[in-house]
Amino acid sequence: MKPSTEVKIGSLTLKNPVITASGTFGYGLEYSQFIDLNRLGGIVVKGLSLKPKEGNPPPRIYETPCGMLNSIGLQNIGFEAFVKEKLPFLKKFDTKIIVNFFGENLDEYVEMAAKLNDMDGIHGIEMNVSCPNKSGEWRKMGVEPELLKKAVKEVRTVTSKPLIIKLSPQVTDIAIMAKIAEEEGASAVSLINTIPAMVINVKTRKSMIGTATGGLSGPAIRPVAVRMVWEVSKSIKIPVIGIGGIITAEDALQFLIAGATAVAVGTANFINPLSTIEIIEGIEKFMAEEKIQDINELIGSFKE
Amino acid sequence: MNRLTEAEIISNKPLTEEVYLLCLKTPNNIKSKPGQFFILRTNKRLDPLLGRPFSAFDIKENTIKFLYRVKGKGTLILSKLKKGDRINLSGPFGRWYPYPENDFIVIAGGIGIASVFYLIKNFPDKAILFYGAREKKEIFFPEKLKLLTKKLYIATECGSLDFKGLITDLFKEKGLKLQLPIYACGPMPMIKELKKIIQNTSIPCYVAVEERMACGVGACLGCVIETKEGLKRVCTEGPVFEIGELKL
Repeated sequence: MKPSTEVKIGSLTLKNPVITASGTFGYGLEYSQFIDLNRLGGIVVKGLSLKPKEGNPPPRIYETPCGMLNSIGLQNIGFEAFVKEKLPFLKKFDTKIIVNFFGENLDEYVEMAAKLNDMDGIHGIEMNVSCPNKSGEWRKMGVEPELLKKAVKEVRTVTSKPLIIKLSPQVTDIAIMAKIAEEEGASAVSLINTIPAMVINVKTRKSMIGTATGGLSGPAIRPVAVRMVWEVSKSIKIPVIGIGGIITAEDALQFLIAGATAVAVGTANFINPLSTIEIIEGIEKFMAEEKIQDINELIGSFKE
Repeated sequence: MNRLTEAEIISNKPLTEEVYLLCLKTPNNIKSKPGQFFILRTNKRLDPLLGRPFSAFDIKENTIKFLYRVKGKGTLILSKLKKGDRINLSGPFGRWYPYPENDFIVIAGGIGIASVFYLIKNFPDKAILFYGAREKKEIFFPEKLKLLTKKLYIATECGSLDFKGLITDLFKEKGLKLQLPIYACGPMPMIKELKKIIQNTSIPCYVAVEERMACGVGACLGCVIETKEGLKRVCTEGPVFEIGELKL
């Protein structure tokens, strides 16, 4: 019998625990020239807002040791264009579509969540409370417990879809933030978003990217992310989606063992467009070798 | 599926201290249009993390050549690879140069020749090439280019070969009056100067630009540049743009 790789994120069943991380997989179409999207556990699309956003000025990326800095600034085509131009394509695939979303203020978050709730073909929503590349009051909801509490509570009232809260690593104790999300009715939490970081050009004394700081991603941040997933999964009952520098199946397995129910693959897509598929196959191979019948046996199996 | 392949290095030889010509053999024939680019990944290690985008210098059946300048960590590692080493190649990506209908002008500055050589080769005896570099040793394949072009003008900044000065000066003197469509690739100051020179004409001018890139397929939105219609991705809406579109 083929081992079962099915996992549940709230009411959402994923055929396998491998999904894509928001902002690294476009709207799916970009990677359909390389891989069969049907094989993915799910696709998390680029963060959406009510209106299109132009994002931050270039240059937007800079490579760092085993990682990269980005400052895209949530550029996106906006809700209307997404529904008209991108969603019909995504609907053709047998995979779960999760829409990452954000707003400039809490009202916009609530409005987006309500709009997405009415859409067929969107199986879950991921609330971005942690983009490191925008400023303003709303940004603080990822780092201020009281704001997060209020935001999750209000968004939860307008959606019946699985609601995932994407947490910022930029806090003293990420488990506290996860607990708040759980208490206010989140279906799951995903972590970590990129870590705010900077690289300076010593000649110009300016940043190597268009903004002073950007978000660090890639294998450089993976051990931090595994540790945070472990801390969070011990303290809450809702599922955790592990994100942070996953390149190989072994990386993904570390997150699962640390307690993640699913993993999102991000920067790896840029390096190798086949990453997600290779990770799925690697997990299956590992399960066969270790005689694991059900992937849920593996989740949270870390031995202290 | 397609667009990803493992290639074998046939040769990787220095033409100057900084510029190399890499020749790869792929399992299948490569179909690419002039101006498109490929991403090369030199190893399975994670540092450097990302592949590097390069214009195809020349393509013939299942061999592809890249002319590159060693500028940073990625190209330094690339320059150390030897015959027989294997390399990951993905592409072609991006918008190509619109095909010229008749004679056309090409302006290449320095390593920018890498982007336009294949265009010139595809339309033999049609291109009037203005090729500039800092010095004589950085004018690559002048004999071959002389055979492929209708007319070849060379400028070197130090005057070690032909016209002394900037290639845009030589173009202004000899090329502008021809009123032919222009295809250009070179450093940003050259592109800016070119834009100034032709601003009051109706000559079409296509330029290939570069920007730091991660995915190469339009997903990461990392390689945008400013255009009149807002930010555009070099990897998918470019790398070839109409010069008037660009905010320089």
